[in-house]
Order: sequence, then C-alpha cells, then structure tokens
Amino acid sequence: MFPTYDVIVVGAGHAGCEAAVAAANLGSKVLLATMNMQTIAQMSCNPAMGGVAKGQIVREIDALGGYSGMVTDHTMVQFRMLNLSKGPAMWSPRAQSDRMLFAQKWRLMLEAHPNIDFWQEMVVGLSVKGGRVTGVRTGMGLEIPAKSVVLTNGTFLNGIIHIGEKQFGGGRAGEKAATGITEQLIQLGFEAGRMKTGTPPRVDGRSLDYSRMEVQPGDENPGKFSYTNTPKLTRQLPCHITYTSQEVHDLLKEGFDRSPMFNGRIQGLGPRYCPSIEDKINRFADKERHQLFVEPEGWDTVEIYVNGFSTSLPEDVQYKALRKVPGFENAKMFRPGYAIEYDFFPPTQLQLSLETHLVKNLFFAGQINGTTGYEEAASQGLVAGINAYQAINDLEPFILKRSEAYIGVLIDDLVNKGTKEPYRMFTSRAEYRILLRQDNADVRLTPLAHELGIRGTDARIERVHTKVAAAQAIEKYFAETSVAPDDINGFLESKGSAPIRQKVKLDGILLRPNIDLADLRQVLPGLQQFLQQYDVEYAQLAEINMKYEGYIRREQEMVDKMNRLEEVRLLENFDYSKLNSLSAEAREKLNKIKPRTIGQASRISGVTPADVSVLLVHLGR
Amino acid sequence: MYHSTQTLNDTIVALATPPGTGAIGVIRLSGMDAIRIANTVFHGKDLAQQASHTVHFGTIRNGEQLLDEVLVTLFIAPKSYTGEDVVEVSCHGSTYIIQQVIHLLLQKGARLAQPGEFTLRAFLNGRMDLSQAEAVADLIAAESESAHTVAMQQMRGGFANEIKRLREDLIHFASMIELELDFGEEDVTFANRDDLRQLIMKIRHIIYNLIISFQLGNVIKNGVSTVIAGRPNAGKSTLLNALLNEERAIVSDIAGTTRDTIEEVLNIKGVQFRLIDTAGIREAQDQIEAIGVQKTMEKIQQSALLIYVFDIIKTPPEAVHQDISKLLHPGIQLLVVANKMDLNPYTKWEHYAAAPITQDNFVPISAINQMNIEFLKEKLYEAALSGKTTLESTIVTNARHYAALQGADERLQAVLQGLEQGITGDFLALDIRRALAYLGEITGEVGVEDLLENIFSRFCIGK
Repeated sequence: MFPTYDVIVVGAGHAGCEAAVAAANLGSKVLLATMNMQTIAQMSCNPAMGGVAKGQIVREIDALGGYSGMVTDHTMVQFRMLNLSKGPAMWSPRAQSDRMLFAQKWRLMLEAHPNIDFWQEMVVGLSVKGGRVTGVRTGMGLEIPAKSVVLTNGTFLNGIIHIGEKQFGGGRAGEKAATGITEQLIQLGFEAGRMKTGTPPRVDGRSLDYSRMEVQPGDENPGKFSYTNTPKLTRQLPCHITYTSQEVHDLLKEGFDRSPMFNGRIQGLGPRYCPSIEDKINRFADKERHQLFVEPEGWDTVEIYVNGFSTSLPEDVQYKALRKVPGFENAKMFRPGYAIEYDFFPPTQLQLSLETHLVKNLFFAGQINGTTGYEEAASQGLVAGINAYQAINDLEPFILKRSEAYIGVLIDDLVNKGTKEPYRMFTSRAEYRILLRQDNADVRLTPLAHELGIRGTDARIERVHTKVAAAQAIEKYFAETSVAPDDINGFLESKGSAPIRQKVKLDGILLRPNIDLADLRQVLPGLQQFLQQYDVEYAQLAEINMKYEGYIRREQEMVDKMNRLEEVRLLENFDYSKLNSLSAEAREKLNKIKPRTIGQASRISGVTPADVSVLLVHLGR
Repeated sequence: MYHSTQTLNDTIVALATPPGTGAIGVIRLSGMDAIRIANTVFHGKDLAQQASHTVHFGTIRNGEQLLDEVLVTLFIAPKSYTGEDVVEVSCHGSTYIIQQVIHLLLQKGARLAQPGEFTLRAFLNGRMDLSQAEAVADLIAAESESAHTVAMQQMRGGFANEIKRLREDLIHFASMIELELDFGEEDVTFANRDDLRQLIMKIRHIIYNLIISFQLGNVIKNGVSTVIAGRPNAGKSTLLNALLNEERAIVSDIAGTTRDTIEEVLNIKGVQFRLIDTAGIREAQDQIEAIGVQKTMEKIQQSALLIYVFDIIKTPPEAVHQDISKLLHPGIQLLVVANKMDLNPYTKWEHYAAAPITQDNFVPISAINQMNIEFLKEKLYEAALSGKTTLESTIVTNARHYAALQGADERLQAVLQGLEQGITGDFLALDIRRALAYLGEITGEVGVEDLLENIFSRFCIGK
C-alpha cells in the first residue's frame, strides 16, 4: 500500500509542516503522518507569530525557504514591529494571526506540493533495524517503510491535561494523546523527561466591554515576514490591554488548594517566562496587577484569546476571577484554560543536525526536544527536514553557526547544554545579536539555502544579490558625496547637533547620534532623488551598515576569532574516557554529546578551557 | 559560555623560563606580528631583515627609557617551536625587568599567553609529534592546574569578594538592560539610566582601586621607584648614604638592574625602595647641562616618589618652590627634605608653607649627622602606601587579572560614553557583556544563563 518514503514526518504541527516542506523542496518523497488532518498546523496556544527573537527566527525560516513567514503574511490580522525605539538588532516583527486561516493556508500549501503525501493515523512505534530507522508502525498495525523519520510529536506523547482536580489523557484540548513511542524509545536506550506548559481560557468577544480596556492597534505602515511577494495588510484588527487586580488575585487564591500546580499533581517543569497566572501571583505576591492582552482569534470569529491568563485552576475559579477583570464583567467562557504535561527527550541526545546519536536517520524536532513556541518548533522542523534529506543522500549535515542565525544558537544551546524547562529563544541568548537581525536574515541565510538546492530559492537569491548591491551603491554614494554647511546646518541645529564649518561627507553626518536616513532624505533633495531608485528595505540595510559600522565590525571580529575553533573538527566516535588529562566531568560530557568541533566542545557545560587545550593536543589521533 | 577565546591570529607573549629571579629570563613572543612587535621596542638591527635562527644584541627601550640590554633570537615560521614567527628575548633575570618588558610588549599589541598556549599552537600548526601528545597534554593539565591553584590563592580574601560583588552588580545591570530588550512589550520597569550610570561609576571606582592596588602589589614585589633630586651640593649623595648606612645588611644590588635606572635598594618595613640619584638641577648653563636636567625630568616622570632635597642655608623658599614646581608631575608623591638643619635648628616648615609643601611632607634632617633619618624613613613608608589601598586590603598582583580589570574598565567606559550619547540598550549591552566576560576571566564562567536566571528570579515575566 505504501512506497518506501524518503522521509516520514510524524506530527503536522509547526515543526512537522516545515520538516515536510524542507525535505520535499530538496526532492525527497515525504509522508506527513498525523492523527487528525483537520488540525494540521494548529496554533495550540496564542494566535500569534513572531515577537522579540521569535520574529527574527520566522524571518530566518523564510530566508531558508520555509513557509511559516508566507503563511503568516497571508493570514495575519495585525502586524507590529516591536522594539522600534531600540537598535536595529532588536526590531522584532510580530503578527496576530487568524487561527483558522493560518491552519487552512498551511494545509493548502502542503497539498499543493507534489512530493508530499498524507496519512491520518496515530503512529505508535518505529521500525528500527541495526541501529537505523526503517519506517513507522501505526495504531492499525500498518508498517510504513522509510529511509528516515522525523518525530515532531509536540505535547502529544503521553499528554495529560489538568484543569483543577480533573485530569485526563490528551495532546491538546479535545484531542487524544499519543502512546507507544516514548516506551519504545526508552527501550532503545533513550532518556525521557516530563515537561509542562499551559494555555489561558478563550472567551466570547461579544460579551466583552472594550471601552474599559486600552486599545493596541497594529502598525500604521504594517510590514511582513516573508522576503517574497506576499500581500501587505490593508486593514487590521486591534488588540486590547487590561489588567488583573487584587480582587482577581484573591479569587484565584481561593482555588489554590485545588490547583494541580500546588498540590503536587503536576511534576513536569513549566517555563518561567510563560508562567500561569497562579504562578505569577504566588511568586510575585507584591505585584498588585498583571497585564492581560485581549487578542482576536481571527477576522470573523468572535472567539478571544486572553493572553497572560494561562491557568490550570478549576474552571469555576477561572470564570469567577476573570469576571472581575475590567471589561470582562459579563464575559462568557468558550473554553477553560488548562495545563498539559507531556514527554520530551533531553536534546543532549541529539547531534547538531537533530539526528539522534542512538538511531541513525531518526530526527527529533520541536517540543519533543524540550522547546516551547511555534517559531522554535518550526525552525527545528526545517533543519531536521533538510538534514533527513542530507543523511539519506550521504551529504554533509546542514548546521547553522551561532554567528549565522538564531536557529544556530537554538540548536547549539539545546544539544550542548540541554534544558530543564521549556526552552524559548531570547535575544540575550545570542552572543552576536548585532549581526542576527531581522532585516538581514536573507543576506545571511538565503545563499546557504540556495547552495543546498532548496526549491524556490532562485528568485530569492536574485533578490539578495540586488539588495546587497544596492546597499553597497548607497554606501558608496554616502562615502563620496559631500554636503555644504548651508545645506545642512539648519537641520543639524534643529537636531541639537553641532553645525559643520566646511563640506563634510554624508557618511560622517549619518554617524552622528539622533541623525537618521529618513531625516536626511527630507532635507537633502539630491539624496532623496538618488535614493528613489532603491527599495526602502535596501536603503535601510545600507543605513544600518553605515550607522552601526563600528559595532558590527567588532562583533564580526569576535566571530572570526571564534570561527577558528569552529573549524577544527573532532572525530565522531572518539572514546574520551581514554584521555586521562581531561577532567572526569569533561570525559563524561564529551562522550555523551560527541561534539563535532572544538568550538562546540568549548560550549559544553563542564568542559573547561584546559580541557579544550587537551583536546586540541589529541586531535587527529 | 564566554570561554576566553583562544585564537591563532594574534600574537602571544609569556615568560618562557621559570618565574622568579634567575640569571637570565627568556620572554617568548609567538604569532604573525611577533617580529613587528619586537622591532618596535628592540634597538639594534632591524629584525625584519634578519635570517631565521640568528641571535642579535641590542637594547629594549620604552620610548627613550632603557629597560635592558638583551639578546634576541629569531625563529621564522614555520621553523619554530610553535610553527609561527617566534622571537625570544633573553634579558636579565630580575622580576622587575621581566615584568617591564612583558608589559611593554603587551602595550605594543601582544596578548598574554594562556597556560599551555605555545604548545597548543605548536600542535595546531603541525609542529608537535603525535607520540609526544600524551605527555604534553598532561603537562598542560598540570600547568593549568597550578595556574588555577595560584589563581585560587590570589582569590582569597578581599580580592575574591570585591570581584564577586562587582560581578553581581554588573549582572544585575546587564539583566535590567536585557529585560528591556527581550521583554520591552511587557509590563516591566525600565532600567533607570541615571542609576545605571551611578552603578557603573561605582564599579569603575572599585576597579580603579584594584588597578591601583596592582601598582601597590608591584610595589611590594618590585619596589617603589624613588628619585632623589635637588640642586648641586644640596646633600643628595650624603642623604643616600645616610639612608643606606644603617641598612647595609639588607641593601643589595639587583643583578642586571643597576644600569641607568636603579641605583640602590632600601627596605623599610618590608617595602622596597629603589633609590635613584640624579644629577643636580639648576638653571641650565649650557646645552649639555640642559640634557642632564632633561634626563632627571624623565626619571622623575617614571617614578612614584620624589625626594626633593635642599640646603636650608643656601636655598631660599622661593627657589625651593620654583624647583618643586618644575619637578613635580601629577601622580607622584612628594617629600621635601630640608637638609643641614644642624646649621639652623630653628628652621620651620611654615617658612616654606605654600602648596604643595605641607607640614606632612616637609622633613627637616641633617644627612651628615644622621639626624631625623628614622623619621624620614617613616615618612617614606607612609608616602609609598598613602593614597593607595592598605596592605591588608585587596591587592591584585597577577598580570592576567590586571589585564582583565583594564579590559573591563575600558568596556565600562564605553558604556558610560554610550549612556552620554543616549545609544540604545542593545549597544550598551554589547559593551556590558564584554566587561562581564573580562571579569569572568578572573572569577570563572559568566554566561547569559546568569542574566536570564537573574531576570526570571527577580521579575515577573511572561504573558
């Protein structure tokens, strides 16, 4: 009934969809296996993509030929560029999505791909022969053969949902859990753990009084995620902000004795940066109120997502407390919030390609690796999909460096450090964040995707070349064109900047604090005329290159230094316990993680600089 | 996360012979700039023009100041221990000279080598025979262990606490900035820039004190350079003898250091003074004398302590003031020694009172009669320690720590500048992180986990 697939992707969430597309766009025959085809690309939690650090990841996915950015652009109801008051590395796109349209668009794009087949059924096990995965087994007892398998099970593996004292098996509200895979993996020698996450109640928008909340509109001039020709938003929906109060907190506290968080029923560790409301009240007792974001779930639906009110308290407690929030006095609840516990596999068992050390051609991506977030999941799916193709075709694994992409930081952190709580990306996790900007993800990554041969990157690479050439031409113009005092001094004074005495090159003016390109365009007609031939995005890249040249150069120097160590390869199956000069901890960690390079070894916690020196000495043995 | 990055494209320097005073100390420079850097301080043949495996005689100079006469051995890549260009400077084995030469090379662009780094480079450049690898690896492990022990010893007491406190303050600061950057959309308090500025100034003040104490640490190890200056026949040489006479037993020449800079060594309560006699100063009569005065001035510039000696009979107060204002420069401690008080016991400091002369730095003596010499010594001791941290408190002596403190200070200064210009948090964070990395070189690891840890424990984050 089934051919031997190149890649079987188990699970069709954000990680699974990107994995399927990445492998298919490289030419693999892919089967996407999901328990329910109605919930492909379901946004299980908030109906939003992007945000600080996450928005950069979506741009990176797009630059590498993934679909998340395009799907978001087609289905968003609001776009905001966050952190605009900060430097360009911090600018972060965020979109509110139409939840139903998002899932629909993804499914249609997957269906449009000739290399992707679908199968709706629970996968309950893997076929493994001689340390190599050879396919999957389904609940009906079918064996589907494959050269490689990508597991993206999300929160479904032995998922347990908690609402107050009630608990039941499930991978998402209204959907059953997946069983069998964890047990088999443990038998194969994998180490498994338990994590917890949660989601807030959804309410009826018709029952809310928005006049009692603050409005949070989208950007006046909305941007988008994809570097391709996706449509721009022409109209947007607003979000709203309201706050909890002492009264709300007191009501919530009444339910604490029935909370699975506090009575010990939940054992998995939850994310500290996405805490439940009861956690916030408990840990920050002196805080009088907490912010809530009231987010629409789509263009047409009345359903509303109460961001900030994640909870697993009993539904009656949720309801009573919610009704004391300003604007929620008459709120009707559609679905209560809940917590979910699920299995994950500590990611230190993976290679940087996301292939497992234990089973060849078996890849893990998404929450199964202990991460949280659509963007984090999608990016891992993309990398796993690419590397499934690379592995079965005996090609070098595709590994992004920490200096190349947030995706590189994410996977490097997971593999070398592991994680105890659900891992979310922050800009502060990246040591070279000045280089990892949302405006240059295409310049950084599209050439790599094109080199890999990912379908659909020809037009993208053309655009990157155009962009880079344009930025260079603009920088050249700034370096060669002078401005006379009479033409600019009035403007400089208005900005509180010292006037010039003689002609000065434009790049010198741009370097001054408080002076930006938009202003200069206004006051210098010649410049305005010159720049009209270029896309605003290209001019922006040139501006950033010039204005932050010193910082960018310093970061690049740090990268160049570090890269020397990133290029020194280590043997894959070396037995580190033979090296007595290494510390005991280093021996153990190195044997477990099996770093590819000296650079990677140096980042493993417990490996000291002295250990690194010892390794360098033993290289080549 | 911030392991001090070992790289191969810079030039490293370290003492290749065992530390401590020996007859000869060999300082090894390795890297692509080794010859260029050596050339900037070596006076003799142009090293860039010389063949590999040759030895050259010359002097090491810091500007005009002669540090030592040396032999320089050249090894041109790849025929050297490390496989890179290597310059070995054989100088006299005094701790002081070795330190001065290494400092000079650091100033000129070299970086202090990590333990085992020469061997590391040798290996990376294919110069190491694999059969030697195990032995070398053990050596590195042992070497870094002993370095670690030394570092731990140094970390005892005040130093450890100071740095720990600094680091915590800075991590808090960094977290506040990161909080703004990663969670700016949420209901968080922003870092108050004025508080941040004050915090940085406070931290810099402590770093400054540690850096000063490094100089004090050197004082204890290497002695206080002390210049004796005054007009001809004011009694400089007599004073020198008077100071040294009683202490003959503990006076010694430091081998190889006597030329030009260091004359005699005096030990007062454990602090060593390197006494430098100078030609008498007076209004220059001719060009040769002008050069002599110029040399005296240079020596004073390089010293920590100035003893100005005058003859109370021959030199009126105005002339004393004139001389001192000519000799004094910022940062030098001053003692004004009124000699020949036996000839006029009623001489009082008030007769000379005018800045910078105070009751405290005015010492009447009679060198020839050994009068008040003990008092002068007391004053010397006080002056050496005044304005600096006391002996009991934190002293930084390790050059690596010193370099890290200086690096941290430089980055913090950049943060202050950034605050002045109102640059955004992401760029401030860049410099703060570098400063943290520098301090991390002293205390161990500082990673971003610390920042996130701090954020999560202190602030309510997350929608």
